[in-house]
Amino acid sequence: MPDGAVIAAPAVAARGESPARRAFRRLLRHRAAMFGLAVVLAFIAIAVLAPLIAPYDPARTNWAAIRKPPSELFWFGTDENGRDILSRVIWGARASLLAGVVSVAIALAAGVPVGLAAGFLGGRVDALISRFTDAMLACPFLILAIALAAFLGPALENAMIAIGISATPIFIRLARGATMAVKVEDYVEAARGLGNPRWRVAVRHILPNIVPPLLVQATLAIASAIIAEASLSFLGLGQQPPAPSWGSMLNTAQRFMEQAPWMAIFPGLSIFTVVLAFNLLGDGLRDALDPREQG
Amino acid sequence: MLLFLARRVGQTIPTLLFVSLLIFGLQQLMPGDPALILAGEERGDPTVLAQIRAELNLDKPLPVQYGLWLWGVLQGDLGFSWRIREPIAEVIAQKLPVTLQLGLMAFVIAVFIGIPLGILSAVKKDTPLDWGANAVGLAGLSLPNFWLGIMMILFFSVQLGWLPPSGYVPLSEDWRQSLATTIMPAFVLGSGIAAVFMRHMRSAMLQAMGQDYVRTARAKGLGERVVVLKHALRNALVPVVTLGALELGTLLSGAVLTEQVFTIPGFGKLIVDAVFNRDYPVVQGVVLVTATLYILLNLIADVLYVLINPRLRHA
Repeated sequence: MPDGAVIAAPAVAARGESPARRAFRRLLRHRAAMFGLAVVLAFIAIAVLAPLIAPYDPARTNWAAIRKPPSELFWFGTDENGRDILSRVIWGARASLLAGVVSVAIALAAGVPVGLAAGFLGGRVDALISRFTDAMLACPFLILAIALAAFLGPALENAMIAIGISATPIFIRLARGATMAVKVEDYVEAARGLGNPRWRVAVRHILPNIVPPLLVQATLAIASAIIAEASLSFLGLGQQPPAPSWGSMLNTAQRFMEQAPWMAIFPGLSIFTVVLAFNLLGDGLRDALDPREQG
Repeated sequence: MLLFLARRVGQTIPTLLFVSLLIFGLQQLMPGDPALILAGEERGDPTVLAQIRAELNLDKPLPVQYGLWLWGVLQGDLGFSWRIREPIAEVIAQKLPVTLQLGLMAFVIAVFIGIPLGILSAVKKDTPLDWGANAVGLAGLSLPNFWLGIMMILFFSVQLGWLPPSGYVPLSEDWRQSLATTIMPAFVLGSGIAAVFMRHMRSAMLQAMGQDYVRTARAKGLGERVVVLKHALRNALVPVVTLGALELGTLLSGAVLTEQVFTIPGFGKLIVDAVFNRDYPVVQGVVLVTATLYILLNLIADVLYVLINPRLRHA
């Protein structure tokens, strides 16, 4: 999983501009990130509008149009059951984006409170959580996701849970590190000195200031989660047929490489494009939120 | 140095214990009763079920089950494969060399592509060469390696007929055939890691190029080649060494899919086959071995990091 998010200190803005506003302005100027954002938004629109824009029913078989190459009728060609690949790619965007967002939401929901607690409380709690995080990080991301998905059973929902759990330790570690950096800041000390209870200091004063690195990591994690979902579906552990998913489409396409190469080209290109877009956006967000960056 | 070693090894033990807990916990997620799965057609016979439960220690309390399992693991006993009825440690030992060959080739490819590209990108910062190298790096990170594998088979095997699309020949049998069957999967596996190396090498080089010692070397009138290769690169390589070990996880994760695409009978294919045959103990065994390898390699990388960094060595 891509790593290396920055920890943004709540720097006092020059020229009276808030750090968030300045970061947003920098992001708007980042051409690659804006391109990434535009592609991501386009894919979201495709996923949401799938019933309206897909030219055919993605599950409808057509025995008269088996493995037809791209043509005016079928822009991306058809598969081994005569189903329109363009329509399946459009509907497949739903599974991929949903898996990306839901699994990262699971990882954030599980990882941030635990990491915050470890960083804020320190001592034995931190030692225990850190060792557990190390243990989870020692299991390679995809292998852990495959093992979890295998034990949970093959289904898109289980794949999302498996990916979410596998991505959790990164967020624990990141939230812990960011919390440790922020908790020694003067404004946190001041909040403590004013007699705020510990939970309030953590939630009201620390949490909002560790959002930037988490936001960057979440964007990059969505890219990894989309690849992971496609990988699990490719292995038959994610979305189950006949429901369309880019990964499972590639699994089928592998059997017809000589007769119908187009079956493999378009779903793969879609994964590549959307993952690249999230990575561009994540990189841009990292640059924009980096307090060392000028301008 | 010895104190550092002792402290570092001391940290590894609780992590390994947590790994074992985590992997033992996987078993608890298993759908249904393992005894029922193993009994097959005799699932209606309570005597058979009781016998299987006793054999697998399933009739004992959970902490006892964990203790017995861990004791077996410490003695190299990872249990038996439910499907092929062979010790899991032996099955893994048979498959591991295949993946190691593939992994080593992938690593060499990644180093030969990623490191020079990273150096070039840093030296030629903000030129079309830098942008191109960055684009290659980002594309390498975004390409699903199983798709890259399919595309390479489509081009090099189906269209050009240069390389076999699948299968594996061991090095000991015929080294030419072995290379022919592994070069494509090794490239696929190495491409993602090359991208990571490229990005890290670039940023480490950029940081090194801004340091005082590089400025001093330039001020002494040394040629740019010597400044880059002798002064900046040697220092920039230090953090990249640690990264090499961290990329083992990516390598093993990638091997699962690559071996599946190219039908290579390695470690990665073993876990996928085990998943489909519901051979859960093999899945557990593979995850355990992977995690242990990863932790040990990290330990070695940390020690290497201290050894090659004089400031840390004498600290």
